[in-house]
Amino acid sequence: MRTFNLKAIGLSLVAPAIAIVVSLLVTTLVIAAVGSSPSDFWSTMFEVPKPRSRIDIINQTGMIYIAAVAAAIGFRMGLFNIGLEGQYTLASYAAAAFAGGAYLSGFANVAVTLLIAIAVGAAWSGIAGVLRTTRGVSEVISTIMLNSIAITLVGYLLNRYGVHEGNTVRTTKIDLVTGFSPYEDRDGQIWTLTIIAVLVGVGFWLLLNKTRFGFDLRASGQSDSVAKASGVNPTRMIITAMALSGGIAGLIWMPALFGKASSFGLGTSFQAGLGFLGIAVALLGRNRPLGMLFGAVLFAFLSVKSNDLTFATDVSPSIVQITQGVAVLAVVIAYEVVRRWRAQLEQRAVGQDLVTATEAPA
Amino acid sequence: MTQESVAVELRGIGKRFPGVIANHDVDLTIRVGTVHALIGENGAGKSTLMKILYGVQKPDDGTITINGHAVVLKTPTDAIENGVGMVFQHFMLADNLTVLENMVLGAEKLHGIGDAARTEIARISDRFGFGLEPDVLVEKLGVADRQRLEIAKVLYRGARIIILDEPTAVLVPQEVDALFANLRELKDAGNSILFISHKLDEVLDISDDITVMRRGTTVGTADPRTTTKLQLAELMVGSELPSPETEESTVTDTVQLTLDDVSLADEFGRNLLTSISLQIRRGEVLGIAGVEGNGQAELVETIMGMRIPDTGRILLGTEDVTNWHTRELREAGIGYIPEDRHRHGLLLDAPLWENRILGHQTQAPNAKGPWINRSGARKDTDRIMAEYDVRAPGIDTPARALSGGNQQKLIVGREMSGDPVLLIASHPTRGVDVGAQSAIWDHIKRARRAGLAVLLISADLDELIGLSDTIQVILRGRLVGSFEPATVTPQDLGSAMTGGAAA
Repeated sequence: MRTFNLKAIGLSLVAPAIAIVVSLLVTTLVIAAVGSSPSDFWSTMFEVPKPRSRIDIINQTGMIYIAAVAAAIGFRMGLFNIGLEGQYTLASYAAAAFAGGAYLSGFANVAVTLLIAIAVGAAWSGIAGVLRTTRGVSEVISTIMLNSIAITLVGYLLNRYGVHEGNTVRTTKIDLVTGFSPYEDRDGQIWTLTIIAVLVGVGFWLLLNKTRFGFDLRASGQSDSVAKASGVNPTRMIITAMALSGGIAGLIWMPALFGKASSFGLGTSFQAGLGFLGIAVALLGRNRPLGMLFGAVLFAFLSVKSNDLTFATDVSPSIVQITQGVAVLAVVIAYEVVRRWRAQLEQRAVGQDLVTATEAPA
Repeated sequence: MTQESVAVELRGIGKRFPGVIANHDVDLTIRVGTVHALIGENGAGKSTLMKILYGVQKPDDGTITINGHAVVLKTPTDAIENGVGMVFQHFMLADNLTVLENMVLGAEKLHGIGDAARTEIARISDRFGFGLEPDVLVEKLGVADRQRLEIAKVLYRGARIIILDEPTAVLVPQEVDALFANLRELKDAGNSILFISHKLDEVLDISDDITVMRRGTTVGTADPRTTTKLQLAELMVGSELPSPETEESTVTDTVQLTLDDVSLADEFGRNLLTSISLQIRRGEVLGIAGVEGNGQAELVETIMGMRIPDTGRILLGTEDVTNWHTRELREAGIGYIPEDRHRHGLLLDAPLWENRILGHQTQAPNAKGPWINRSGARKDTDRIMAEYDVRAPGIDTPARALSGGNQQKLIVGREMSGDPVLLIASHPTRGVDVGAQSAIWDHIKRARRAGLAVLLISADLDELIGLSDTIQVILRGRLVGSFEPATVTPQDLGSAMTGGAAA
């Protein structure tokens, strides 16, 4: 059993290793093709991050990881929740608006704000779940549309009820929650609510592997028909999984809100795009808690370090988006190739069994 | 019969899958310009044979001769090149494309996608009376039109030998007549048709030759002009029936399952089940015989709560469970051995101990409150593997790695765990080896002695007669006859199952 496990772990590492090598190669080729120096690029990127960058990487990792878990909940049961972006935008706005209202103080305000973020995210994704189960609308289509609606809606609400400040508009400012400063003060803080990422990760693992609900979820993801015959109610399962995915998505930006932003402003303090990053990282990490942690660190590292490119090289920081994109594409392809290769090996083994089995009696 | 008049000749065809011999020693000769019917029960090996002739599966033994030339068909493309086309029971059409587009899809090289194609379609349509309108979207077409389009597609690709897989299963009687008119036109134009069916009336009506398959091999041929339905039924079912084992009846007076006038319709309002009433008492095995596709699957799914009946009541003991869902029914003590273990019984990529949990997620020893009891499930999987002789390296082995028989033994062991009150066993020994088969039978008999009520659906008459206390026959969604296993004759069963003579 031991050797089997080692072999399985080895095989599962082959694909991401190939993917990273491929993405580095492609990035190098692109940089060379536009006439910049790949070696400058890589030496800047792989330079040990300064304390300030390290803190940024940790904070970004937290948010990306929450987004990845949100995506993974859908993926594990065969749902493609592409609407994380809209869910967390709307949830972040609602949460920031509530927190800014200062109806509660201190810890209570933070706790209730988080609950509101979860509820709004869950409600928004729940719409897609209900549409899927009652009208048969693919969640891919409905969540994409709900993304647009969410962003428009937030823009409208913000404009109407927000605080106008010159050309920008934002929600009322709130008191930040003091974070943890491992280095000097000017290097910034690790946001307190990054702890959400840890809790979400552990919770995801527990839910999936230790609970009946998680078992039903995984069974549904592996085979609809088997899950149904085993007593899973597909309607309830789809709505629950969608709502859970959206609820987690609602939390994505919360560390930043209480750690640094203090208010929600579209195009200003609010960091958009984390939802799509989360989907990419979930793919990269194969929806496994540890795999996604690795993916989140990698993506955060690339994003943060790319800022240094502006000073040290003539390469645009957006080049790392190519690296990230290729990594995801390559990992999906590599996993598929590895999977087929393993299936072929299995088939051959069965074939050999068959020959011996049918020849024996003759 | 001269060599020129033979379109297809199959000799000694054999095909084996892991744990199953799908075809062996199959001989089949189709004459040019005839409709050749291939009949046999489901599981008799018809599908495999068709797939071999259409190049989907490669035979392990035997030879295929088409128009006098020995051929090797590795892919459907090879088959099409040799003039063999196939119309599947489930149509392969793109709903959002037009008739013309569907026609040329994948065959663009033949007549292009423009006027030449249009002309060719019109020619085929007129020649055989298909009435195709090239610019209509396929989603607007009814079932019969789609089928004509499928046949036309095959002709468009130059096929002269056409395989039709149960073409009448989806049609209403008038449409069947229209199809047969088309087929006669095709045959008169020198095409050869292999017609797969188990509806004997239709077979006698349309075919020029009949070949009967049973248990993977061809068991005989018949001349439709001189053969009766009863004789055909006997050939299909086999003339010798096993004698039931003289075991004491364990039937009690306590009714465990009652179906009272249960009907179920599909989304088009056609009845899948009509007024089904039955009772199973504790300690009783009720066998359901029937040619497959006559409502057995729907009956099981209705009892298991995967479908909710439109009318009628279902009682488990004295409790009305008509509207209960699968999980509640399973918790109430119904064990379920599904017909298709891959689609309904196992998570193939999950380890055996997780498969032990499947279907019993809420029950001891698999769960403690909302949590999965990993150690309990693992320990119980060890027990099942020992008691039911499931041969596998260990409980962490993925289910996929097991042979069919061992997969099935695991399912039987799982479903017998936790003292069920009712077992729904759908083809419990299909595709398993002889050893596993007798072991599974023994387990069912033992549970019956202990007071289990069993609904047994099977196409295997050995199994039905050997295990059942009563046999009911299902035909087109109705229960049409009730027989005693001790006295039933193959003629009785055969004619009831095929709607033959007045039963």
